[in-house]
Amino acid sequence: MNNLKSRLAKEKRFRLYGVASITLALFLLSLLFVSIFSQGYTAFQETKIQLNINFSEEILDPNKTKDWEIIKKSNFSLLVKNSVNELFPNVSGRSNKRKLKKIISSSAEYQLRDYVKNNINTIGKSKKIWVLADDDVDMLIKGHINRILPEDERRIDNEELKWIEFLESKNLIDKFFNKTFFTSGDSSESEQSGILGAFIGSLFALSITLILSFPIGIATAIYMEEFAPKNNKLIDFVEVNINNLAAVPSIIFGLLGLAIFLNFFELPRSAPLVGGMVLSLMTLPTIIISSRVSLKSVPPSIKEGALGVGASKIQAVFHHVVPVAMPGILTGTIIGMARALGESAPLLVIGMVAFIVDIPQSVTDPATALPIQIYLWSDTPERGFVERTSAAIMVLLVFLIFMNSLAVYLRKKFEKDIG
Amino acid sequence: MNITIILIIIGLLGISAYYTGLRKSLTLREDKLLHSTPIYHGAILAINSSLASILLVIVWVLFEKNIFPELLAFRNILFIISIFIFFLTAFFTFKKIKNKFKARDKVEKIIELFLLVCSSLAILITVGIFLSVIFESNRFFESIPLTEFLFGTHWSPQMPIREDQAGSTGAFGAVPLFTGTFLIAFIAMCIAGPIGLMSAIFLSEYASKSVRDIVKPLTEILAGIPTVVYGFFAVIVVAPFIRNTGNYFGIEVASESALAAGLVMGVMIIPFVSSISDDVINAVPQNLKNGSLGVGATKSETIKLVIIPAALPGIIGGLLLAVSRAIGETMIVVMAAGMSANLTANPFEAVTTVTVQIVVLLVGDQEFDSPKTLAAFALGLVLFIMTLILNYIALHIVRKYREQYE
Repeated sequence: MNNLKSRLAKEKRFRLYGVASITLALFLLSLLFVSIFSQGYTAFQETKIQLNINFSEEILDPNKTKDWEIIKKSNFSLLVKNSVNELFPNVSGRSNKRKLKKIISSSAEYQLRDYVKNNINTIGKSKKIWVLADDDVDMLIKGHINRILPEDERRIDNEELKWIEFLESKNLIDKFFNKTFFTSGDSSESEQSGILGAFIGSLFALSITLILSFPIGIATAIYMEEFAPKNNKLIDFVEVNINNLAAVPSIIFGLLGLAIFLNFFELPRSAPLVGGMVLSLMTLPTIIISSRVSLKSVPPSIKEGALGVGASKIQAVFHHVVPVAMPGILTGTIIGMARALGESAPLLVIGMVAFIVDIPQSVTDPATALPIQIYLWSDTPERGFVERTSAAIMVLLVFLIFMNSLAVYLRKKFEKDIG
Repeated sequence: MNITIILIIIGLLGISAYYTGLRKSLTLREDKLLHSTPIYHGAILAINSSLASILLVIVWVLFEKNIFPELLAFRNILFIISIFIFFLTAFFTFKKIKNKFKARDKVEKIIELFLLVCSSLAILITVGIFLSVIFESNRFFESIPLTEFLFGTHWSPQMPIREDQAGSTGAFGAVPLFTGTFLIAFIAMCIAGPIGLMSAIFLSEYASKSVRDIVKPLTEILAGIPTVVYGFFAVIVVAPFIRNTGNYFGIEVASESALAAGLVMGVMIIPFVSSISDDVINAVPQNLKNGSLGVGATKSETIKLVIIPAALPGIIGGLLLAVSRAIGETMIVVMAAGMSANLTANPFEAVTTVTVQIVVLLVGDQEFDSPKTLAAFALGLVLFIMTLILNYIALHIVRKYREQYE
């Protein structure tokens, strides 16, 4: 009987191993999500400082031309400087004053310039305007820089801290929704950088991928499933090729893109066009395989019925089989596109990894993609960029979750349709 | 004249050709029955004429790019000729449109041909990969002997900037990269193998249906997370954790240790292993399980003595596929593993991998006459061949296994 006891204990242990490994996997998954969320949620807010800007006519438009072409060349930085100095009249000395101006982001002058451009009548008047704070101030306000630490261990020294605390006491510094993050391109200053450029780059690349891989993928699947002669050596070879391509490391597709699209066809480097083409090579096998599965699961009676009433083979397939299989095909396509959205290795190789400030306007402009932007930011040690990296990851994950839920919904619908 | 504009004009003409054919066949239909419905008449007119002129444009552009660049000046003539060809074909096809004209058969032939061309693209991609890596690797092996590349133990691909620069001639012994790749893949498999397999066993044999329906999609989320996210996770969470733990026990751990990269890669591969094992375990016939349970074996004994031995080929195939994925994985190692080649088996040290070096060699300025850039293609060739062999063996084993129980 002792024997039975130990066997049952073994059984329990074995079961426990199973539970433990599932728990471990799920724990790691939640650790990943929690760590990224806790690092990144603050990036959805940005710190701004309210300045009382005097749009003095002397600085902006001494000749009273009211001509924007002349005004736009004036020294907007001086407006910021004057206003900050006015706020802290006790600060004296050049170096101190320079340090004081540094609590404001360097983007403030461009903000003012744009403001004046749209409101040319404010010249000569004073106005209260919220401008972006420098990234170190932003980090302090968000609590990522500990105020209690000794002065030489934090990036904000005691004097700056005193100024910020003064602003806080007057309610002149506050956190707002981070619009910059969603409306601007990359920047070397973390408080001015955003994901719009990378997002547009990804969008362009994915459109190219979809345009190329969707029709070709479906056509291949239809041919292999419905028209290909059975037991043909060539068709078998195609099939082996497709299965192999599905398992080729993605970076190899990048090498192909580099050697053939860039070197041989001389397409532009760093362009979403080439990125999309490379990604479409990668998603093709996914789309083909899943489309074949869903074509195969359409009941043969549908096709036979069409053939029986005199439809040609093409008509039977295109008018009857493909529409039924479509939700399944779309599921595969969406999953393929989601994978392409998160892919970065082949894009590194074809040069979509660069510091690009401008928002790309067309598929041949140099651009990055969302995952590449994450990679680039993660290389920067500044706390401001760590926060933005996590936030960009969150945005990427939101898109992936959305695409995958759509795929699941379509799959459910497909399963119900073919009963 | 811009090629795009020419193509757009041809496209517009094609649309009008479609309606011309459609109208003609509609009038024909008023007298007598047609062989094909009018849309096919329109379609064949549009397809024939635009295909002819588009083919001409493609041939012209290929000539212009590769043989006679002077032709660029004659784009206007190309435009005129292509439009002429369009109308010529359209005219002859238009004359053919009669009641008995088998337009549908012709259109369907063209569609079928298009489908065939699309399917052969898969071969073309494989050929393209082969050609691109072999061609550039060949140029690399002209300057660096193959034996040095495969068996050399010193890797420092920096080429001298000046001819007379001393002491840096660039060394291309790839052994440290191979060992680094296998070390990280080994660590990853140590994590993913047991956890993935045990999860699959638990989910398919022990878990109730409701648990399975919740847990399975959750573990599959792991497979959908982009690798760049795993890389970031390795850098900000796992690597510091390992370093601190190591320091606590007095072990010196490099900040880009192989262990951190391998661990995170293992987490990435868990769902891959578990979904393949799940399929394989479910394919084991119920009779085998029932027989074992019937003679009094416990569930775990059945699993260990009956199911796993029966499913072993499939599981091994799945693990091989996972290894091939680990070897080819790029972003995690680019972000979390080291950059400099280091011949070691110590998981606490920084090692570099084949994929990391491909990225390092290709990011930035590329010169296609320097071994430094070409080395990336040689590494790509090795990687491609390795994964190809692994995939081939794995798929073969899995297929044989499936046939066994069908």
